Amino acid sequence: MSNKTTYRTCPRSGLQFEAQAEKLVLANAVAGVIFLLIGGILAIGVVLTRWPTIHWLEASTFYQVLTAHGLDMLVFWIIFFEIAVLYFCSSTLLRCRIATPKVAWLGFALMVIGSVMNNIAVYQGGSSVMMTSYVPMMAAPSFYLGLILFAVGALIGCFVFFGTLVVAKREKTYQGSVPLVTFGAITAAIIAVFTIASGAIILIPTWMLSLGWIEHVDPLIYRVIWWAFGHSSQQINVAAHISIWYFVAAVVFGAKPMSERVSRGAFLLYIVFLQLASAHHILSDPGMSTEWKVLNTSYFMYFAVLASMIHGLTIPGAMEVAQRAKGYNKGLFEWLRKAPWGNPSFSGVFISIIGFGFLGGISGVMMGTEQLNMIIHNTIYVPGHFHATVVVGTTLSFMALTYFLIPVLFKREIINPALAKWQPYLFGFSMYFFCLVMMGAGTLGVARRHWDMAFSGAALAYEWPGAAYLMMGLVGIAGICAITGGALYIYLTVGSLLWGKRVVQTKISSEPTPIPVGAPSAAAQSYGSLGFAAPGTFVLAMVFLASFVLYYFINWKYLSTLWGLS
Amino acid sequence: MSAILPPTERLWWKHPLDRVEGTWIAIAFVWCMIMFFMMIYWHAYGKQNLSTETYKTTPEMFAGKAQAVVDKYTVRTETDLETPVVAPPPGSDVYMIARLWNFWPILELQQGQTYRLHLSSMDYNHGFSLQPANINIQIVPGYEHVVTVTPNQSGTYSVVCNEFCGIGHHTMVGRIYVKAETGNVK
Repeated sequence: MSNKTTYRTCPRSGLQFEAQAEKLVLANAVAGVIFLLIGGILAIGVVLTRWPTIHWLEASTFYQVLTAHGLDMLVFWIIFFEIAVLYFCSSTLLRCRIATPKVAWLGFALMVIGSVMNNIAVYQGGSSVMMTSYVPMMAAPSFYLGLILFAVGALIGCFVFFGTLVVAKREKTYQGSVPLVTFGAITAAIIAVFTIASGAIILIPTWMLSLGWIEHVDPLIYRVIWWAFGHSSQQINVAAHISIWYFVAAVVFGAKPMSERVSRGAFLLYIVFLQLASAHHILSDPGMSTEWKVLNTSYFMYFAVLASMIHGLTIPGAMEVAQRAKGYNKGLFEWLRKAPWGNPSFSGVFISIIGFGFLGGISGVMMGTEQLNMIIHNTIYVPGHFHATVVVGTTLSFMALTYFLIPVLFKREIINPALAKWQPYLFGFSMYFFCLVMMGAGTLGVARRHWDMAFSGAALAYEWPGAAYLMMGLVGIAGICAITGGALYIYLTVGSLLWGKRVVQTKISSEPTPIPVGAPSAAAQSYGSLGFAAPGTFVLAMVFLASFVLYYFINWKYLSTLWGLS
Repeated sequence: MSAILPPTERLWWKHPLDRVEGTWIAIAFVWCMIMFFMMIYWHAYGKQNLSTETYKTTPEMFAGKAQAVVDKYTVRTETDLETPVVAPPPGSDVYMIARLWNFWPILELQQGQTYRLHLSSMDYNHGFSLQPANINIQIVPGYEHVVTVTPNQSGTYSVVCNEFCGIGHHTMVGRIYVKAETGNVK
């Protein structure tokens, strides 16, 4: 056992960082932010081309830029940052050394090589196949090989995480069960292993196809298995960003989970049911049976949706309980009014929770309904939905976490706190609007991944209604605002890292300090009303449910007016 | 004490639920069940359910069958490409080929009549996006998808390809005419 490492206790947060783990978290987070920067620059090209009056890039450049934007944002930025989150949730929260740091660095190296190789393949042209790379449309072999190497690296990261859990248990740095946030990270890592395995099952044969080693990959089987990778990787994000929501609730408010049993049970539902979501992309496909579609698309009777609805209540609920305990106990919403809205970690997470639920969640369930999928399949509604889940949900949560980590992990003061205060609002609200107008355009039928809604050069052009053009113009404007918000985040993060004032460090020791055993708290809640500990959150939840029910049935009504199909 | 520390109660799974959580879980569960059974209900009573009738095919086989129908029921040609306009009798099998970068042929259907529409691709994945009705169906090469359609309104419909299929993707638009029920009488 190597004990050469050192442990630093952060004076501000009390968190303890092991030297190797700290470097790994830092390296992965920085690599992620670099891809966010690249993806953000590419987003300018996507947005300004889809804005009909500007229609900036050539068709070939547009498809190339869109392919790279999807991969850099959805895969590279998010997974690099998630590996950082996994190491943080294991080594830092459990106060132990990281298992096999050298292997972890190998994983990181593979991820860097793979992501760079994949990016180069796209920029060389000839691999503008979109992130999904549906066969028989083929990319260069290095496109697939890059993804495979990246996936192997990420898989290594997951196993280092599991190893670190074992280290903590064996070296007794904590007692009892792991913290809830770590439990959420375990959920993310388990889903990640399944996801990466699915990716390997389909990308390795496709890579061999691109080299001419094998003759044929079935296009429909490709779609089914690719989406077990493509959609499940978004479920890693869900588990990861929900863990971050619990984390921020804990550090900002000192909030305690309302009930460990409920929150952990909800994560457990994710582990069991979230992987079925590949079906969401196959609902309007030939070949799969109705029974398969109905059972899979609903995560087996909507149990994963149930889990998300539970988290959506328990996280704000925990914040409310903590605020009420501090005396913000007036009426239904004093706890919320008196929340630290100027703290970007809190505002980022709260904007993320609301946007993820109302925009991403409701639209996701609607489009994941077997028959309703036909009215949005492959329209720009789909990117509208997943920008609400992945950008408002995941990216904004990661941004919020970064503001906490800059002084704690990077040991720097934030260079411009006034700007940091506004960044989540600018980014979050412009993304809200961006998603809404995309969904609006999609409801009118506008196609995703489409260079020209005027169909120039087509023998039989279709004329979109004026409202569709208006919506796509608004997509452009909102997109530029969101990109500005993203640029601010990059400036604040990189700027603080380079030029921020150093935070004075004190305690460094060669031995970990175990987590002290806490005294059980008094169970009874004496706040709230009507026997509800969090009545304000409950009211918010009912507003959510009402919007959900209304929107769901409006779409059935819309479906019922269409051509008969059977 | 908090979500970032181990639970203070060793037996945290015995900790009682707060009423707000229990109530919400019950409500959410009921809603989930309603949504699940709604899909099944629509299969029984709804009029818009996507057929799952699918056959393995090849581009040659599918093109051959489509050509036979085109030869039999073409009423005129349109556009510079002389795309045939096919008006098959109600209830019959009609074919639409998706390929780089057009839908072929143009169809002419009658409102209120039912047709068995066969869809397949000659090359890549394509998207059948019927506008302005906004019905979207994936077209996968190697698979022949038979969708039973009953147009409920007359007019000129466009079929926009909404699956990325290469550089000419934005020019891939097809057409379906639906003649009004009274159209035959005139």
